[in-house]
Amino acid sequence: MENNLLVTYLLLIPLVGALLLLSFKKENESAIRYFGLLVSLAAFVLSLFIYFKFDSTNAGFQFTHKFIWVEKLNVSYFVGIDGLSLVLVLLTTFLTPLTLLSSWKGIQKNVKEFTFFMLMLEVGMIGVFVSLDLFLFYIFWEAMLIPMYFIIGIWGGPKRIYASVKFFIYTMFGGLLMLVAIIWLAVYASGPLGVFSTNLLDLYRVGPTIAKNIQYLMFAAFTFSFAIKVPIFPLHTWLPDAHVEAPTAGSVILAGVLLKMGTYGLIRFCLPLFPQAAIAFAPYISALAIIGIIYGALVAMVQTDMKKLVAYSSVSHLGFVVLGIFAMTQQSMQGAIIQMVNHGLSTGALFLLVGIVYERTHSREIADYGGIAKVVPLFSVALMIASLSSIGLPGLNGFIGEFLILIGSFQSGVLNSWWFTAFAASGVIFAAVYMLWMYQRVVFGEYHHSEKLELLTDLNTREIIVLIPIFIFIVWIGVYPNTFLKLTDAFSVSLLHQVTASSSSLIK
Amino acid sequence: MIQLIYLTVLLPLAGFLLNGIFGSKIKNEKIIGWIGSGTIGLSFLIAVAAFFETLGLPAEQRQHIVALFNWLSVGSLNVSIAYQVDQLSLTMALIVTGVGFIIHVYSIGYMHGDKGFWRFFSYLNLFIFAMMNLVLADNFVLLFLGWEGVGLCSYLLIGFWYDRKFEKITTSDAAKKAFIVNRIGDFGFLLGMFLIFLTFNSLNFNEVFTRANALSISTTVYSFIAIFLFIGAIGKSAQIPLFVWLPDAMAGPTPVSALIHAATMVTAGVYMVARCSIIFASAPAIMTVVAVIGLVTALFAATIGLVQNDIKKVLAYSTVSQLGYMFLAMGVGAFSAGIFHVMTHAFFKALLFLGAGSVIHGMHDEQNIQKYGGLKKYMPATYKTFLVAAIAISGIPPLAGFFSKDEILWSAYANAGFIYWFIGVVTSLLTAFYMFRLLNLTFEGKPRFDEHHVHPHESPGLMTIPLMVLAALSVLGGFIGIPEIFSGEHGNNFHSWLSPIFSYAQIRLAQYGSHTHFEEILLMVVSVVGAAASIYFARYVYLKNQKVAENTASKFKGIYKILFNKYYVDEAYNKAIIQPIFKTSESLLWKITDVKLIDGLVNSTASAIEKTSGVIRKIQTGVAQTYAVVMMLGIVAALFWIIYSL
Amino acid sequence: MIPIEFYLVLSAFMFITGVVGVLTRKNAIIVFMSIELMLNAANLSFVTFSSFLGNNIGQLFVFFVMTVAAAESAVGLAIIIALFRNKLTINIDEINILKW
Repeated sequence: MENNLLVTYLLLIPLVGALLLLSFKKENESAIRYFGLLVSLAAFVLSLFIYFKFDSTNAGFQFTHKFIWVEKLNVSYFVGIDGLSLVLVLLTTFLTPLTLLSSWKGIQKNVKEFTFFMLMLEVGMIGVFVSLDLFLFYIFWEAMLIPMYFIIGIWGGPKRIYASVKFFIYTMFGGLLMLVAIIWLAVYASGPLGVFSTNLLDLYRVGPTIAKNIQYLMFAAFTFSFAIKVPIFPLHTWLPDAHVEAPTAGSVILAGVLLKMGTYGLIRFCLPLFPQAAIAFAPYISALAIIGIIYGALVAMVQTDMKKLVAYSSVSHLGFVVLGIFAMTQQSMQGAIIQMVNHGLSTGALFLLVGIVYERTHSREIADYGGIAKVVPLFSVALMIASLSSIGLPGLNGFIGEFLILIGSFQSGVLNSWWFTAFAASGVIFAAVYMLWMYQRVVFGEYHHSEKLELLTDLNTREIIVLIPIFIFIVWIGVYPNTFLKLTDAFSVSLLHQVTASSSSLIK
Repeated sequence: MIQLIYLTVLLPLAGFLLNGIFGSKIKNEKIIGWIGSGTIGLSFLIAVAAFFETLGLPAEQRQHIVALFNWLSVGSLNVSIAYQVDQLSLTMALIVTGVGFIIHVYSIGYMHGDKGFWRFFSYLNLFIFAMMNLVLADNFVLLFLGWEGVGLCSYLLIGFWYDRKFEKITTSDAAKKAFIVNRIGDFGFLLGMFLIFLTFNSLNFNEVFTRANALSISTTVYSFIAIFLFIGAIGKSAQIPLFVWLPDAMAGPTPVSALIHAATMVTAGVYMVARCSIIFASAPAIMTVVAVIGLVTALFAATIGLVQNDIKKVLAYSTVSQLGYMFLAMGVGAFSAGIFHVMTHAFFKALLFLGAGSVIHGMHDEQNIQKYGGLKKYMPATYKTFLVAAIAISGIPPLAGFFSKDEILWSAYANAGFIYWFIGVVTSLLTAFYMFRLLNLTFEGKPRFDEHHVHPHESPGLMTIPLMVLAALSVLGGFIGIPEIFSGEHGNNFHSWLSPIFSYAQIRLAQYGSHTHFEEILLMVVSVVGAAASIYFARYVYLKNQKVAENTASKFKGIYKILFNKYYVDEAYNKAIIQPIFKTSESLLWKITDVKLIDGLVNSTASAIEKTSGVIRKIQTGVAQTYAVVMMLGIVAALFWIIYSL
Repeated sequence: MIPIEFYLVLSAFMFITGVVGVLTRKNAIIVFMSIELMLNAANLSFVTFSSFLGNNIGQLFVFFVMTVAAAESAVGLAIIIALFRNKLTINIDEINILKW
């Protein structure tokens, strides 16, 4: 197996699997489910294989595969993996089988189409994280919108059409702006490079030399698109609707991976391609991020629907990640990357758990619950671990990310003020408030018999199998994060050099 | 043994996992209880062995670092799971495991029959695990892990009986309050940590403190670091203005109150200030802040404790008050005196709480002292040990409380000034008074309950023996810290044991003026006589002439009401901070800004486009002729344009 | 010789008559007749210029136009018949299914 074809195989496995799936008969539901699970597990195994072969001291792209596609425009199929892509690809291939497993009982109609869309979504997600050519990136970016649109629109809740259309159009709007910027950038770059090119490595060289005003506009276009995806306040309003109306599997993948594509884009494109613009805009974007942290937490506090609460908490958590990215110190960047993974795990676990009770009682309203610790002790423990991870208790994964981000932004030369960190740190107080209050109202207190609560049963084996791997990583990252931090160490150092080289006074 | 110190941390963790995972299957309470207590007992023995080993070494070699593995390594930030064995951490470790063990054994008796017996012991072990991490850590981040960990365990244990009500709220509300208020303090602590890293480029104690000693850094930076760290301590150790969680924390079972809120967790703030003594010593303004807050809290809480009727509430406010003393000590530069008081306080406060638990247990869960009376003939062992503790806390020699409290008061006078000493003495008079009010109303006099219906009984051995051990410690514990005027050339043993830790800080602090031995003895006599007078006064009022109490209460009704309602602090916080935040979040932020404004903008963009399309689509009439007309008009226009441009 | 303007004006008149017919008449067959009229007006123009410029290509092109006109009429009338079968009317105003 040639090294540089590994990534292409990683893209092909779910793609071929999805196409093969179309040949199955509709009625063969369990065969379809097992096949889908098998394909996604195969992708996971392959990504583990790539992990073991990965050289974490090398800051460049490994396992690259280049293949000229449109010669006249110099667009190529160019993929590769570096530290940042690796952790996100691992997260994707790890979460997909878990979500497929969690939907075993939850998705009852059109199982074939659902599994097909999930696998196509996986192709899109992996593609986004590994493509090194801007057109290819754009194609995968838009490609993952369509399966998500269908997943929310067909298998979702009561307001699903509204939610999925809103999600699709909002994100596509941003994407189109990005397309304009990509074309502009490629055309502009054809000056210095001599040829129109959307190859990322070439553009990295051109980027810092772009004239200031043009650079600001391009940066704004790219950032706007990614800001919608992250989401950064005030472009976040598609998130609560999409998350609440999506089926459990959709929510987990949406929160776990799709949101990371926005932050990935910020790190991969906005910072190195437009460094001066990034540094100039950093304080403003960080301010928005911090508003997002506090605003997301405060609005989460007063929600009555559990899923909406977790959705707003995502806004809050990703505010930390954006802060970490734009603080541009080694600690904050590493913290941001590890926090991306952490958020995928802990919010994924939270959505899975909410989905578990929803499957039984068909209610997500907090008011319908109370005192369920008596009847579902295992679930209560699981929810506690997930909540503690979400609020950043030391010893679990959330703390590592938050701590690194905060300590990094405190020393940031780009931000140059303690106030950012001070306001962001207040987010830890609010996170504890909304999470513990929800936990208390749902799990503690007196148990009142009601029709809905009669239907509650504790976690079954399948659900335990889904949750255990997530919890293992939650504890592992909390206790020994170096395993994961060293994957992205070389990458963050070289990225920060690349970005701050244009303004050397900021190197910390 | 020093090298095995990490076992003192891992054994409780193992106990937590064993009892947590298998506890619900083990039906025998004794096994669960002894697994839980045994791990702590073993930890205590290891700590003792390490202590003696360290004692045998010369003073300069008494610090060892036992490193386990590297935890976080990003750039210049390098944090390990490593434990520092030195005089201060060993002292704290001994207190935590020693008193912890006693309380675990007591709990086997107290929690007998509870459905969540196994859960209780696993949480208790988790708590000791976190606390040991806190006191043995060699860097700020590991300390913070322990810091938050004890906060978590306190949340789990306060809300242990999760389906019960507590006064006007539920136990879970009380637990949540504790966690959140602690978190507010943690926010300050985090900022302090960040500033330390920015200034000293490390978070490791040894590195930070040696650099603090060697480099010259502005007082402003030190002041900021110190105030941020102190905010953390205020939250954890329940000082003004973040003390509101501790009285509500009495919702938990009494052994929890004893362990967490009297003996160990709340003292984490004091320990942290002691550990960072050089930072505080370099910020004189903050030292004053620490001392003043400690002093005011001490007085404030003592006044509230005077009129409370719940036995545990009196003890809770007493704890807040005694913690104030410890911070007073820290603030005036008497660091080892503060730690000394941590130790003696652990003994007698745990004893008081466990004794109260014994009374509550014997009176079948009645906690109102107005319904007690004359219990000394039903519970002699409890009475005697409680009496010992009350005498100790009142500062009567030769019990432990006298030595530690006296040293604090003397240091306050010598380093800070008369007013500090004076308020401290007034507070200790109040302490003696409310303590003996409690004792008399509970144990002495005639029973105020119906002796035919309520049958109090003494508690079983598993509960009374720990009481006696603690009583012995309260009597004898003070002798290791006898002040110099009594012990001559031996010097104050406790003080000299701890002094290398604080050597950097002591150099920084200006030398206090020399005061004569005569002054010291005079002040000592004044405070002891005052305490004895308080005790006698309390006896008089609550035993002989209850009318005095009632008359005073009715004459000063207003003041009584304020004190009884704890100065309405909780209500004030609720009205000024909590309700506004909730109401604003719900109506302004969520319903208006998010739903109406931002989402409204999105939806109105969509509907604007929809409306525009609705207008434009009318062009499609479906009738071919209209299209033809438009085509003709277009052709004509094009023709005109071509003709005119030629 | 009759000046060329006369022929061209006649052609223009025929064309305008045809256009007005297409745009205003309700009956589909009348519309087709008008279209034929337009095509023939164009034919007249072609022949006129061919004769006046001495170039035969104009007359040759008339053949093309006539062929196209014939084919288009055949197809068009077939469509009208199919339309009549379904909607029972050939009033153009009533054939507006593609309305908004």
